[in-house]
Amino acid sequence: MARVLLFGRLADVAGWRERAYEPTPARLGQLRVLLAQEDLALGKALEGPGVQAAVDKMLIRGDIPLRPGAEVAFLPPMSGG
Amino acid sequence: MIRLSATPFDPQAALADFSAGRTKVGAIVSFLGLARGDVAGAEALELEAYDGFTEAAIAAAVERARSRFLLLDAAVIHRVGRIAVGEPIVLVLTAAAHRREAFEACDFLMDYLKSDAPFWKKEFGPDGPRWIEPTQRDLSDLARWG
Repeated sequence: MARVLLFGRLADVAGWRERAYEPTPARLGQLRVLLAQEDLALGKALEGPGVQAAVDKMLIRGDIPLRPGAEVAFLPPMSGG
Repeated sequence: MIRLSATPFDPQAALADFSAGRTKVGAIVSFLGLARGDVAGAEALELEAYDGFTEAAIAAAVERARSRFLLLDAAVIHRVGRIAVGEPIVLVLTAAAHRREAFEACDFLMDYLKSDAPFWKKEFGPDGPRWIEPTQRDLSDLARWG
């Protein structure tokens, strides 16, 4: 099972913040395809400028394999302070 | 010390704690950020963080500041959740032997927190909620540090 977390405006686009996917997709890229098939608007938002992905709390560029139970977070541009 | 707080914090108490018992420190700089209503009628901000990930990212920035500016210590307190306009949202404290290092490290850490730290900020105004993303000014402030 992969745990998928959406932050900021991505959660508003999707209408959810956290979801489990069973079984865990083999790769991050496959999870992206799955999310875009379910929700075209979310798929587009995930490809938007400045959106980053983190797997098990590590920022990832490109595609990597996912271990079963992986936590995948999609992070839109950040703004604190 | 890095703390994310879901409830209001007391900046004076944090500064007193941070300053207590120092013998090698000649300078402490504090920056206190308040939740500002960007548009007329804005009532509150909501700040989201990613548990564990956000604290680790701030800790890594504090380590960069520590080696770059000969910093002796630093503390960051950042509010999360719903914050009323006018309430403290962030406190950065830096301690060094001399003031220049403490000023620069505090400035560096605030530029990082503003544009690069994992927070997402929503403003609740008269036209409904909207997400705030870094401004061009925030990004050029951050770029000053290379």
